[in-house]
Amino acid sequence: MEDTTVKSNFKSEEYFINMGPQHPATHGVLRLLLTIDGEIIKKVEPDLGYIHRSIEKMCERDSYQQIVHLTDRMDYLSANINNEAVCLCVEKALEMEIPERVKVIRTIIGELTRISSHCLWWGVMGMDVGALTTFFYGFRDRELLNDIFEETCGARLTMNYNVPGGLMFDIHPNFVSRVKEFITHFKTKIPEYDRLLTDNVIFHKRTKGVGVLSREDAISFGASGPVGRGSGYSCDVRKYHPYSALSQVDFNEAIRTEGDTFARYSVRIQEMWESLSIVEQLIDNIPEGDFRIPTKAVIKLPKGEYFQRVETARGELGVYIISTGTKSPYRLKFRSPGFSNLSLLNHIAVGGKIGDLVATMATLDLVIPDIDR
Amino acid sequence: MSYFSEIFHGIKTLLTGMGVTGKYFLNSRKGAITQQYPDNRDTLKMFDRFRGEVIMPHDVNNEHTCTGCQKCEIACPNGSIEIIWDRGIDEHSGKKKKKIDKFVYHLSLCTMCGLCIDVCPTDAIKWGQNFENSVYDRTQLTRVLNKPGSKLRPGVED
Repeated sequence: MEDTTVKSNFKSEEYFINMGPQHPATHGVLRLLLTIDGEIIKKVEPDLGYIHRSIEKMCERDSYQQIVHLTDRMDYLSANINNEAVCLCVEKALEMEIPERVKVIRTIIGELTRISSHCLWWGVMGMDVGALTTFFYGFRDRELLNDIFEETCGARLTMNYNVPGGLMFDIHPNFVSRVKEFITHFKTKIPEYDRLLTDNVIFHKRTKGVGVLSREDAISFGASGPVGRGSGYSCDVRKYHPYSALSQVDFNEAIRTEGDTFARYSVRIQEMWESLSIVEQLIDNIPEGDFRIPTKAVIKLPKGEYFQRVETARGELGVYIISTGTKSPYRLKFRSPGFSNLSLLNHIAVGGKIGDLVATMATLDLVIPDIDR
Repeated sequence: MSYFSEIFHGIKTLLTGMGVTGKYFLNSRKGAITQQYPDNRDTLKMFDRFRGEVIMPHDVNNEHTCTGCQKCEIACPNGSIEIIWDRGIDEHSGKKKKKIDKFVYHLSLCTMCGLCIDVCPTDAIKWGQNFENSVYDRTQLTRVLNKPGSKLRPGVED
């Protein structure tokens, strides 16, 4: 009898708050409508569209060379891999034979992009759970990669280095030595990351058992990349549908079976090692040859439908082109990894606290322009 | 017992992490990569391929190599380049020939994709190293790249 009076005196009521679109932990302009009871999350509804630039529609207007630079602006942290995806799709449609040199350089720069993206993610992940130092360490190592990109591609972030038929220009003479320098430097830094954050007891308490995603759910939500692999779902496009020079290299797919936030974290740390090993295998034997095959000034794809998938730092990116034989696609669809990964946020965040939501979201590694396009 | 061992383990991991930050604290001069911009403006040199802005190099005779073929204008995805052209009598051959009147470049629209420079048959435009583009009025970002009174270098054909 007394119990019920106590309960009626302290009646809890569900209410809803906005998280974002300017919240620092949402990594961009993502707005989450949270229905919460105290601090327990009952429902998470993402509200999209704050950075929608209608890239897919703009692609229907642009020529195939021009489309490439728009993909820089989708998932800007793996810009070069996005460029590669469009170029591979166009080359597939034109049935072009791409020189080995181009394939190897594309793979090296793609893997370096992945490392740079994971560096940034690692810094921001630490910051989201309250460790400010990681942010500076992550950015410090990323800066070296940005210098490599700037020297060879001309830009630090939105590189636009790939063109249908090859690369815009050859690699810079300093490229190989700089990458080797980076490899030796970064090999000493990942163990430092581990000592600083991975082994930290507070970090373990914040991440272990938080935001658990089962393998079945990962598959049914269409999770890909480190999010899927953290749940034991083997989904690495580089393994199953190797593109460019990835069939020549030997690497392991990083997989964890726990499915919690810490598993997704570990997968990404492991991926940095794997990417380093891929770069190490390729950097010494970049084959000689052309860096570009000249294409016609106006590329017209034969009538038909073409699809190409690549593994970006966030997961599987699909490029689907429908061509009617004109100079621009009739329809171009990007299957972005961030959109599918965001869709499972409600599923894994419900029942947790707001702080756990931030930690979970950090390991989903969302890039909002990739979701909205 | 496990309660205490957990506490000791926790303290140990925290100290390991502090060891990393402490190492950097004591060696803060070594390995610092921060650039003291804008104090280093005099010594700051961008990479050769750095994409700052599109420029049109002129030689000592105030001549450029732009024939006005408009390939860059077509290649540009955002309409950053506008070429206002005219037909004039060529001094050497005496024939009517296309020549540029104004090469208008809207820096405010440019995404630095590099397609115009990639497509230029005469290397008339190239990347400049300047990246400090803050102005009080955005109309100042619209530039005419060919200098007044400049003309096409003789012998350049597209």
